[in-house]
Amino acid sequence: MTVTEQAPSTDPVSGATVGRVIGQRLLRREDPALLTGEAKFTNDLAIPGALRLALVRSPYAHARILSIDTSAAVAMPGVVAVYTATDLASLWAAPMPCAWAVTADMKNPAHYPLTSTKACYVGDGVACVLATSEAAARDAAEAVQVEYEPLDAVVDPEAALRDEVVIHDELGTNKSYTWDLKVEGHPGQVDEAFAAAAYTVSERYVQQRLLPMAMEPRAVAAVPQPFGGDITLYSSTQVPHILKVMTAITLGIPEQQVRVIAPAVGGGFGSKLDVYAEELLCVALSRKHGVPVRWNEERTENAHATVHGRAQVQHIELAADASGKLTAVRVRLIGDMGAYLQLVTPGIPILGAFLYAGVYDLPQAYDFSCTGVFTTMTPTDAYRGAGRPEATYAIERSMDAMAAKVGVDPMELRRRNYIGKEQYPYTAFSGLTYDSGDHLAAAEMAAEMADYPGVRARQVTQNVAGAPKRLGIGVSSYFEMCGLAPSRVLASLNYSAGGWESATVRVLPTNKIQVVTGTSPHGQGHETSWSMIVADKMGVSPEDVVVLHSDTAIAPLGLDTYGSRSLPVGGVAIAMACDKVIDKARKIAAHQMECAEEDLDFADGSFSVKGTPERAMPFAAIAFEAFTAHNLPDGLEPNLEAQVTYDPPNFSWPFGTHICVVEVDTETGQVEVLKYVAVDDCGVQVNPLIVEGQVHGGVIQGLSQALFEEAVYDTDGNLKTTTLAEYLVPAACDVPSLTLGHTVTPSPTNQLGVKGVGEAGTIGATPAVMNAVVDALSGLGVTNVQMPASPHNVWRTLQSVSAEGGSR
Amino acid sequence: MMCTDRGHTAHSCNKGADVQIHVTVNGTVHESEVEPRRLLVHYVREDLGLTGTNVGCDTSSCGACSVHLDGEAVKSCTVLAVQADGCEVTTIEGLAVDGVMSAMQRAFMENHGLQCGYCTPGMVMAATSLLREVPDPTEREVREGLEGNLCRCTGYHNIVKAVLACAAGN
Repeated sequence: MTVTEQAPSTDPVSGATVGRVIGQRLLRREDPALLTGEAKFTNDLAIPGALRLALVRSPYAHARILSIDTSAAVAMPGVVAVYTATDLASLWAAPMPCAWAVTADMKNPAHYPLTSTKACYVGDGVACVLATSEAAARDAAEAVQVEYEPLDAVVDPEAALRDEVVIHDELGTNKSYTWDLKVEGHPGQVDEAFAAAAYTVSERYVQQRLLPMAMEPRAVAAVPQPFGGDITLYSSTQVPHILKVMTAITLGIPEQQVRVIAPAVGGGFGSKLDVYAEELLCVALSRKHGVPVRWNEERTENAHATVHGRAQVQHIELAADASGKLTAVRVRLIGDMGAYLQLVTPGIPILGAFLYAGVYDLPQAYDFSCTGVFTTMTPTDAYRGAGRPEATYAIERSMDAMAAKVGVDPMELRRRNYIGKEQYPYTAFSGLTYDSGDHLAAAEMAAEMADYPGVRARQVTQNVAGAPKRLGIGVSSYFEMCGLAPSRVLASLNYSAGGWESATVRVLPTNKIQVVTGTSPHGQGHETSWSMIVADKMGVSPEDVVVLHSDTAIAPLGLDTYGSRSLPVGGVAIAMACDKVIDKARKIAAHQMECAEEDLDFADGSFSVKGTPERAMPFAAIAFEAFTAHNLPDGLEPNLEAQVTYDPPNFSWPFGTHICVVEVDTETGQVEVLKYVAVDDCGVQVNPLIVEGQVHGGVIQGLSQALFEEAVYDTDGNLKTTTLAEYLVPAACDVPSLTLGHTVTPSPTNQLGVKGVGEAGTIGATPAVMNAVVDALSGLGVTNVQMPASPHNVWRTLQSVSAEGGSR
Repeated sequence: MMCTDRGHTAHSCNKGADVQIHVTVNGTVHESEVEPRRLLVHYVREDLGLTGTNVGCDTSSCGACSVHLDGEAVKSCTVLAVQADGCEVTTIEGLAVDGVMSAMQRAFMENHGLQCGYCTPGMVMAATSLLREVPDPTEREVREGLEGNLCRCTGYHNIVKAVLACAAGN
């Protein structure tokens, strides 16, 4: 369903026609290799002579390591070496990196690939084995005898703050940091707004821990060149460029000797946006032994050793005037960091800090504070949406609570609060500028597609006292906030990296085009989408474009793929590099056609003289002229190639409204999704087929947090959901088909008008589903259901309200 | 090594002793010596180099390793290589004929039924087998029929669409 069809238009920068290929549902060029088994994931690579690494992991959540006896393991067949942290201490030039010191006084315990004195979560690596086969390595790892002194586990982040059990002795506290964002038009405005409010709500939500569960577990292979000193690291990673820099720093290897390659990568969802112990161990040990070393993660190991997501306790308070218009927002968060700070662990809750007012027009009355706390569980870090789903959940759930207080329909309360279309570009309370949006249009489209009034009418007849199945409808309106940039803003947040992206566009002599991008796809279809951008800019067919990526020797500059940044940063960089190539080609064309550059039009792959279109020179001819260099303007370098590093002027602000209709069985607690409507606006869609795929996957992941998923720990700190038999990643039969719509509000901050779409579905879905579940049960006195809204949790909630005297 | 004979009676099972098997994989006959404990997935991936079949879990939950054993989808992590003795095995590499993808492979491509592609080989094998059993399934039958195969990227919407399109001959 399309509101605004993108007609071809003229790009004011290059004069090229855009929109010829952009906007088409081009099938993905990535697919044949993936569909036929040709694609090579890291674990598929044949690497002769490689030793296998296996880790000895702590079975205790919190324990002192008293002794380690490796003698039995060393003696086993196939075992080459067994190492403890002490054995390897000299190999590390620096601890494992945390790139986001959110405050100056943030506490960050030194974290090495193997722990030496204490294990701080189940899965913490205490020793490792190198052997000639994977089976031998794993068998020997089980034979390493570690004597532990078990200590009390800390699995409740709120209790952890009491410091009754301190996890990292050297820090003296479990608190890592407190990060505040208080914005007031005048001092005291927040307190005044709450004092003067006609309505207030105060809500507490728990974002349960999630396991990212990319279908490909992690895999690593380090291949050294013993006589040259170079090292090639193959890893199932989203971030080969960041990994290259961090490998050089943590191991003290000259950066120019490190090459990182991400082969086919089987999903990431943020969990492969990290620098992991196993990557560093493989590199260090392959250099030490002078042979390749590889490791691949089993699923159960993945549940322990790969970062977890979400894990926040949220307190949110809203103040509103008599019409329900928001006047202030106050948020207190506790972020469960897990046992250590991984690459961007402490920054994840902060990424949501600006979004607790949602898509609503809030005066400067915002009081946010987040405390990060250590627990004895696997470290948390980025998981699809990273801070923004949590923020959106809190505001969208509490907007429903406010609607109940005000006594208006949740959609009506949202209408009264949306930032108006005419207010864009909108300067938010925080000082951030939101680029473009039309929230009301998206919401009205979603309401129509979901038959919102019809469902409300059916509720009146269906949700009568004693009804076994109750109908609920839930709304959520969201911002995605992506393309984390510009670099200066990231600096103000103390994020260690920049927000730019690099692109090189190289025209080959036969007018085929090589694009080198710093983005690193793992399912997003960048090769297809980037070729479409180039095709439009250069007037060639997408088939004439090859996209090279994910190898730091081929694409040395880049900041990789996460945070829905690839298109609004990396894609725009490619368009800009095309412009530079066209500019140079224009000089050659003008020289050879003996006219002024400004007299030339460029369209459909050909330069022509304005007013006399028969005087034309196809780009293909210029490409060959640039290659032979026989007749170029004085001083012009041969060949057509341009590199651009683009640092966007702003974040991009995709938005939309999702509506979910559910039926809840009050006897079993089972939630059935009857309809799910997602209306998303990611600006201009390069390839609607891929956009829809991103939304589908994101929505089901968000819906899955609402209904199915939870990493369950017992009080001793043991993860109870370590396999796909225990952790409910839904199958096809567990989830509904989806109904998608979209609006197109181009971003004014980049020439393509694009915004990004990778996380939108995940952000919009969780609150839409939970609002529907609570709506279904609201007539029974239910005001909240803890996620996941499993039959058990729903049933338990119903039991507790009926015990409190709620009517049925 | 502990050795348990899980229903396979054709071979004696001595500690560590390799067993001779004859398996036809993607039309080619292989005579191999395998450890009795060797899983079919490791046999095709490591001994035959057919790495299209992926491993996504260790509890037979995800289905990424699905192959056809005598025409029927099985999770190759749950079958011993010795159990495939005398059988025909088809892996994802065996679906395309003369460089032309099968109807199911094409349907997945045309309906954007894959993203990262890791679950895809197993999903395609399971879907192909499903349509052999139920040639004209309803959406519900497709969703139930693919219950043993997990995908984290697509939300299944386009996978279901692809299988239905393939069944309809589109």
